[in-house]
Amino acid sequence: MNRLVSTLFILTLGFFVSQVLATEDKFHFDSAEKNALFLELTKVLRCPKCQNQNIADSDAMIAVDLKRKVYELLQKDYDKKQVIDFMKQRYGDFVYYQPPVNPMTIWLWLLPVLFIFIALAGIIMTRKRQIPDISQEQLAKAQAILEREE
Amino acid sequence: MKKIALYLIPLGLFLGLIIFLYQGLFSNPREHQSSLLEQPMPEFVLPDLMNIEKTYTQDVFLGEVTLLNVWGVWCITCAIELPYLKQLQGEGKHIVGLYFDQDMDPDFGIKTVARVQQEVTDKLNQLGNPYAYNIFDVKRDLSMDLGVTGAPETYLIDQQGRIRLHHIGDINPRVWNKKFAPIYDELIAQ
Repeated sequence: MNRLVSTLFILTLGFFVSQVLATEDKFHFDSAEKNALFLELTKVLRCPKCQNQNIADSDAMIAVDLKRKVYELLQKDYDKKQVIDFMKQRYGDFVYYQPPVNPMTIWLWLLPVLFIFIALAGIIMTRKRQIPDISQEQLAKAQAILEREE
Repeated sequence: MKKIALYLIPLGLFLGLIIFLYQGLFSNPREHQSSLLEQPMPEFVLPDLMNIEKTYTQDVFLGEVTLLNVWGVWCITCAIELPYLKQLQGEGKHIVGLYFDQDMDPDFGIKTVARVQQEVTDKLNQLGNPYAYNIFDVKRDLSMDLGVTGAPETYLIDQQGRIRLHHIGDINPRVWNKKFAPIYDELIAQ
């Protein structure tokens, strides 16, 4: 019984703690849409210092600064594209996880498609070539062998 | 004969892939083209680190080839780089520091300016001072406009106040000779 009470106590405590932490978040927005946009943006912007993390995930100083900047820009009513452009202007295309489509990167999309088509063509061509040219005589011979084995 | 040619195609593709991936082994992921090259310095108004009353703007870079070195006393690689910068300064290069502090969080401001000044003075007394002056990027705004990712980083700025080179990492004789010297010498010759 005692154990049950203490377990329940700890669980409720945990619940309150997480509530408090959630409200202690550094960035407050007056609208839910802006808050959602902030969370979305910090997920798609890459930390320039620790390159395999987004800025939401990273605790590098630069990531904290970028988060703050995103917050400031959203408070100034920037939209998603404007914020991303602001970052790209400073840190290059590299800061945004979605690469732009240009003559260099178009191959990222074209190559897989090309590969599928070439592979398909290859399969069809090899299939066509395999026309069975077994004569009746050979078939009869094979049949005879099979029967003999039985 | 035709059949052999057909078998050579995948082999060729495979070799191409190998060469492509092999090159990847030696590429530096931190090396990427700065989007600010050939652009004028971003606008700013920032104080002198040692004399907060005095302020600088982007016009301070006009008329002289400048190395703008982003650094801080908390940065270990910067300390390693300082003696070489001192040597470059001895050769007559104009070096300006862009100083920012990690603990000066704009939201909290834990450190006083006097404390930062003391730390910088101590560090420069110990390792030598290559800087003509230090610009204090209090809230790291200029660093952000410059696309600084950390320290040390160095910008080469021409007489017209345009950014000609952005180097991430320390400057050493190898980096200087390979990367900076060609552009620097050309600018000086003008």
